[in-house]
Amino acid sequence: MTIKIERPVLKWHENLYFPAIWGGIKVTSRHFWKTVGNWISGKKYGMITSTGRVTMEYPEEKWAVPNEYRGAPTLVKDPDGRIKCVACQLCEFVCPPRAITITPEPIPGQLPNATVEKWPKEFEIDMLRCIYCGLCEEVCPEEAIFLLKDYSFVGESREELVHNKERLLELGGMRQDKIYKWKNK
Amino acid sequence: MMTEPMIAGLWTDTVSFFGVHAVAVVLLKIAVVLFALLGLVSYTVLAERRISAFIQDRLGPNRVGWFGLLQPVADSFKFLLKENVMPAHVNRIYYVLAPCIALAPALLTFIVIPFGNTLAGEPMVIANLNVGVLWMFSIASLGVYGIVLGGWASNSKYPFLGGIRSSAQMISYEISMGLSLIPVFMHVGSLNLTEIVNAQSHRWLFLHPNLFLAFLIFMISSFAETNRLPFDLPESEQELVGGYHTEYGSMKFALFFLAEYANMITASALMVTLFFGGWQVPFALPESLSHPVTWLAPFVFQPVGFVYILSFFLKMLLFLGVFIWIRWTLPRFRYDQLMNLGWKVFLPMALANVFVMGIWMALSV
Repeated sequence: MTIKIERPVLKWHENLYFPAIWGGIKVTSRHFWKTVGNWISGKKYGMITSTGRVTMEYPEEKWAVPNEYRGAPTLVKDPDGRIKCVACQLCEFVCPPRAITITPEPIPGQLPNATVEKWPKEFEIDMLRCIYCGLCEEVCPEEAIFLLKDYSFVGESREELVHNKERLLELGGMRQDKIYKWKNK
Repeated sequence: MMTEPMIAGLWTDTVSFFGVHAVAVVLLKIAVVLFALLGLVSYTVLAERRISAFIQDRLGPNRVGWFGLLQPVADSFKFLLKENVMPAHVNRIYYVLAPCIALAPALLTFIVIPFGNTLAGEPMVIANLNVGVLWMFSIASLGVYGIVLGGWASNSKYPFLGGIRSSAQMISYEISMGLSLIPVFMHVGSLNLTEIVNAQSHRWLFLHPNLFLAFLIFMISSFAETNRLPFDLPESEQELVGGYHTEYGSMKFALFFLAEYANMITASALMVTLFFGGWQVPFALPESLSHPVTWLAPFVFQPVGFVYILSFFLKMLLFLGVFIWIRWTLPRFRYDQLMNLGWKVFLPMALANVFVMGIWMALSV
């Protein structure tokens, strides 16, 4: 069924366009002065209007992401300072874009946790390939890999964006551990 | 002001004695005006971006330099360093020619505008033509050919539609634009812009009711002439993907862009000159400003000359502000609405205005 929309019949003064132009100018001036007022009064980061925040000055301000957010994957240490990763390579095998490369090796010398069979000699995550799916975190039997909330990494070369073991551990930091399953082995 | 003719005479004597000097002075004026114009163009672009941002509750470019003030410099470097891509399907000669044809008239038209009284006895106008306004109209309308040519040479449907719209737009507003100024010439009795400004030393022309109507018609037509919203039909970025400059990139696009803003500046300057007293100031200046500055002795400058230039400049900025403000306030007119407005409203109105002005003058004699 066709719906016929009645066009409003304009009065003669409305046909002159001037009332509409004046109305428009009132709206734009209101917004202009409000924004300029905010800007001058020091609300520098983002203009607060009746409809909410419109501009976010990105590098200084960032979105507050939810806790479940899947950002960059990192390696963590337990409170003893031990690298939790046992180089089982499950994450490497599950990784859909094959961003993870692990080189396992036996733990050398008499380190505190030498009872663990092996650790990663090198652990690389290519952030140019990573799709932030979080499967590595999910699959890890040791809870050694965690996703951060950070989503923005900048580098000047491709090499810079391949995170190696040191970088991953630095990003991941230390996590509280409830079960020290390797302690008394 | 008493010493003005004396100084002028002294200066012209010197200049005519060394014929080369006269050429040098003109070249100097051209250089200063050209660079001032181009600088103003780039800062008008910045102003447009900033004002539009504020109107839409945004911030606008605020990163380069203090409060984003160096953004035009960054933009121009970007344009100069961009790769010059030419699509394979274009008509090469006209494709390159079109931006130049668009920009040249925009810069040329400014030469007849008196942007100040005198400075060191030298009139502040590049070419004091007796047919100033006619020159203005004839050259300004050439700018449209750049757009039409660009639309045609691009050999692509959207630019083509943009070019067609531009020509349709031109024939609908240009007649009323020309006719709207006839009452001004009837009132002043001259086509020379300097004389029109001099005639406004006591009363600016827009205060005259007929000439105010003329001003309204002229201003609305200038929006169409400069392809600004609400009449930017050749560009129509939402319907025509940028219209006539869809196929253009890098510096060739920038030339179209410069042309639009240079046209805006010239249109503002013309409105100021014709209706708002040009470089005149609305109040009496202190006498001391007319005395020559002694420390500039070899050039015999009077500060009052700078005051007049400043006055002209500020008025022009005001009109540029109006241009920008209107763009972010009004939606685009439809093709047929513009034609109706041009042919059925402004043309009869301008003709009636000429008629009424004639009666007014006959009665007031």
